[in-house]
Amino acid sequence: MKNEKKKILFGEFVTGAGLVRALEMGPGKVVAEVKASNLKGRGGAGFPTGLKWELTAKQESDEKFIICNADEGEPGTFKDRLLLMEQAEKVLEGMAIAGFAIGARQGFIYLRGEYVYLKKSLEDAIASMINRRFLGQNINKTDFSFEVEVRLGAGAYVCGEEFALISSMNGYRGEPRNKPPYPSEVGFRDKPTVVNNVETLCYVPYIVTKGAEWFKEHGTQASTGTKLFSVSGDVKHPGVYELELGITVNQLLAEVGGEGAKSVQVGGASGLNVAEKDFDKSICFEGLPPGGSIMVFNHQRDMLHVLKNFMEFFVEESCGQCTPCREGNYRLLEGVRMLEKGECSVRYLKELEALCDVMKDSSKCGLGQTAPNAFLSIVENFKTEILYR
Amino acid sequence: MSEKIPVQIDDITCEVERGTTILQACKCAGLRVPTLCHHPDLEVAGICRICVVEVEGMSGLQAACAYPIRQPIKVRTNSPRVRRARRVNLDLILSEHYGDCYTCVRNGTCELQELAREYGVDRYRYPSTTTPKFKIDRSTAIVRDQNKCISCKRCIRTCIDLQQVSALETANRGHNVLIQTAFDKPISDVVCINCGQCINRCPTGALRSNMPNELLWHAIDDPEKHVIIQTAPSPRAAIGEEFGYEPGTSVTKKLNAALRRLGFDNVFDTNFAADLTIMEEGTELLTRLKKVLVDGDSSVKVPMFTSCSPGWVKYIEHYYPEYLDHLSSCKSPQQMFGAILKTYYAKKVGIDPEKMVVVALMPCVAKKFECNRPEMSDSGHKDVDFGLTTREMAVMIKEAGIHLKDMPDEDFDHPLGLGSGAGLIFGATGGVMEAAIRSVYEIVTGRPVPFKGLDVMPVRGMEGIRDATLTIENPLPEYQWLDGVTLKVAVAHGTANARILMEKLKAGKLAYHFIEVMACPGGCLGGGGQPIPTSPEIRAARARAIYSEDHQLVLRKSHENPEINQLYAEFLGEPLGHLSHKLLHTHYTPRGRFFLEGL
Ligand SMILES: Cc1cc2nc3c(=O)[nH]c(=O)nc-3n(C[C@H](O)[C@H](O)[C@H](O)COP(=O)(O)O)c2cc1C
Ligand code: SF4
Repeated sequence: MKNEKKKILFGEFVTGAGLVRALEMGPGKVVAEVKASNLKGRGGAGFPTGLKWELTAKQESDEKFIICNADEGEPGTFKDRLLLMEQAEKVLEGMAIAGFAIGARQGFIYLRGEYVYLKKSLEDAIASMINRRFLGQNINKTDFSFEVEVRLGAGAYVCGEEFALISSMNGYRGEPRNKPPYPSEVGFRDKPTVVNNVETLCYVPYIVTKGAEWFKEHGTQASTGTKLFSVSGDVKHPGVYELELGITVNQLLAEVGGEGAKSVQVGGASGLNVAEKDFDKSICFEGLPPGGSIMVFNHQRDMLHVLKNFMEFFVEESCGQCTPCREGNYRLLEGVRMLEKGECSVRYLKELEALCDVMKDSSKCGLGQTAPNAFLSIVENFKTEILYR
Repeated sequence: MSEKIPVQIDDITCEVERGTTILQACKCAGLRVPTLCHHPDLEVAGICRICVVEVEGMSGLQAACAYPIRQPIKVRTNSPRVRRARRVNLDLILSEHYGDCYTCVRNGTCELQELAREYGVDRYRYPSTTTPKFKIDRSTAIVRDQNKCISCKRCIRTCIDLQQVSALETANRGHNVLIQTAFDKPISDVVCINCGQCINRCPTGALRSNMPNELLWHAIDDPEKHVIIQTAPSPRAAIGEEFGYEPGTSVTKKLNAALRRLGFDNVFDTNFAADLTIMEEGTELLTRLKKVLVDGDSSVKVPMFTSCSPGWVKYIEHYYPEYLDHLSSCKSPQQMFGAILKTYYAKKVGIDPEKMVVVALMPCVAKKFECNRPEMSDSGHKDVDFGLTTREMAVMIKEAGIHLKDMPDEDFDHPLGLGSGAGLIFGATGGVMEAAIRSVYEIVTGRPVPFKGLDVMPVRGMEGIRDATLTIENPLPEYQWLDGVTLKVAVAHGTANARILMEKLKAGKLAYHFIEVMACPGGCLGGGGQPIPTSPEIRAARARAIYSEDHQLVLRKSHENPEINQLYAEFLGEPLGHLSHKLLHTHYTPRGRFFLEGL
């Protein structure tokens, strides 16, 4: 951890303190505090966590569920893995608080298939939490009980999408479905369900103990708090960084030793490619969308090659249900191959850009809606490099 | 829930019930939103993204078919954004679809072709698919051509949700998505029951029936061959749809004329064989009941299930083989007819059965599989040579240049051309049950069924599962053992409903004496070989046609059919007699759920 300043997640932490405090506050106050903190989901979509909990808490149901989304499949992202490895208790505590807030007695960690080696340590952490009565029956001697189970994914990126995830947990093919209804209404086993990212859940114990106001001291007004970034590529110090939301690309590059970059992919394959001219833009929900991954490319990198890599990923990982994503990604990859061979006319490239717009506009889930981001931004940033090879 | 929600669609405002989809609301507002993966019989998928619309306040376009209206909304169905998305998605599908329209059986009924025409498509926007990638997979009944598949998954939703057969599933991801059988086995080697419901709902030519038309033309053109056709009631109530008639128009007599013009040497009525089935099956039921109720014979099983639907027969062979003893041993009317034609009739008119070709015009794709079952040759020859579907027959009639609408009314040939109304209603779900009740009740009590106009209303309708009871009072002396017995019967259509019934039976939650099951929704009139499209309304119209024809007939009970009585007198002897056993009854094959060894 190169980052010197101890921000939130890498600051001090006492296991259980947040949970004990939450149990004193009562569910309503916990939801209100999280809402007031303006915490937004760290899994990509940036949905306000407090609101999500409030909507789920309001549902009347004999059963509700908390799912911790640990499917971390976005290329270039590895921050959740770090949390699961080093801060599992914090994740579990966040889940218990969420469960208490919405009235769930059961939680699941949906663990990325490739992270199977973490299953054992997570289960050890669960056992240790149960021993200390922070999980299991009658938590901290109250009448709140909460169990957590680890479920394994099978290696599909799309299963990180909350509905595909739920569908796969329900025993079906992991495919997104139409919304509404949302998981807060009809989720796992058709019961109200909160799906939260690993990192999102980790902020919760802090917000409960230190308060929303303290949390809001970090970040910007619309993007409160800090954020973990998985930094890779042409930098001196790759790794996981906790940085303030609102940081500019330039500041980030300085922090990680990435000066002299040609472009930065913010938010992984589904994020945006940012060229040098835009390095003064800030990374936050109102600016460059803060996905967990930062990939830095230096001037030796062939951007068409980078793009091809991303498009191959989407062609492979689209669930294949809906037309724009299933066929669109394939056509984009085909276009990249044409570009490689110098066979793509300017006119056809325009056609493909229009296709990108339709994919964003009409795909069924986030995968197809964001898959064209890389294509559009790389083509825009590096049109000459790509067209005249 | 009758809460009304105001919606504005383009410049039309209306109120809809909570939960109504935008697509339904558009229909109410008189607006057409194009669809492709949507089908009125199937679960919503929202995957083709053709029906997308703008919903104010939502960032992306929404699939109209899948969006439930839960609060007041404003919708735009015809904005530049909407048109562009529809067009691009259509172009994407067209580029992936391989096949020439003029070599496709769905030319003219293909929904993709229709959309391309509506949108004025005049070129491929993206490189088109110029070579086929997949081998065509054929069973005796079904042909799968994945090259024409557009991944709308209607077939999967039909096979898994509507029919609960689950022979087809999605395999792979992304552009490599395929509709596949288990372990990519040929369709003939998996649990497919040949119901052909997937064909009825495929928007393109990716699924079709195995057409015997060429071979049949050969037979017709061969002067040595005596080619006989028997026509089932359902095709007659539906084939008109192929010739511009409204659904629900019965064209029996015009069809007779057309078939003669086409070159068939005899035109017979399958209803005749349906009456024969009732005689055999009714007697079998009474025999079983006596053995169970009086003799306490535990080797005999009730409830007895009907066996006229070859899709249902294969379904039970796969999924409930332990219940095969419950299945009536009667062959279906089609097969009974074939066996009688190649024995009794051949002798009567002095034709060598070897030179006889028996064709069955059926609403059904599974009938092709049925007539090719190895055990279906009790006449010493293949009892029925060809099962021809309604759609396939329409092609032959058109090919022959015959205008159905211009045909005169003509009757069936006799003997074997007289069918009762009871045989006729076999075409609708509940029909076999009603026909059986009409005869069995009267045979047992000497009185007609206690229903107004002989209409056994409790077993009619389109409810998935229906049941009824009938108490026998004052029976004739030889049926004294039935006095006071309340017969319990049930009817199910669509194998998904059959499954519900079977699971309840298995759990011991239900007790019946007799159960009718038809594999297809609506019964035969909704068969997999019937004209495309299909919908609940179309099936209801066909049912009305069948029931109204029954009302127009004088002869409405199978056991009163004089030609049937003549057949027993001259040839068969009595129901369940020695010859009946040989020619009209059969046995079944337990099949299991997989054909793979070791599973
Ligand atoms: C294709 C796709 C993949 C996703 N993968 C993940 C993932 O790996 N982890 C994750 O937390 N969220 C992922 N999401 C976002 C989830 O759908 C969901 O928004 C998120 O888990 C909600 O948690 P949050 O509100 O805490 O961010 C993905 C979304 C899409 C469309
Ligand atoms: S956008 Fe892609 S991943 Fe999402 S539902 Fe459509 S095909 Fe599947």
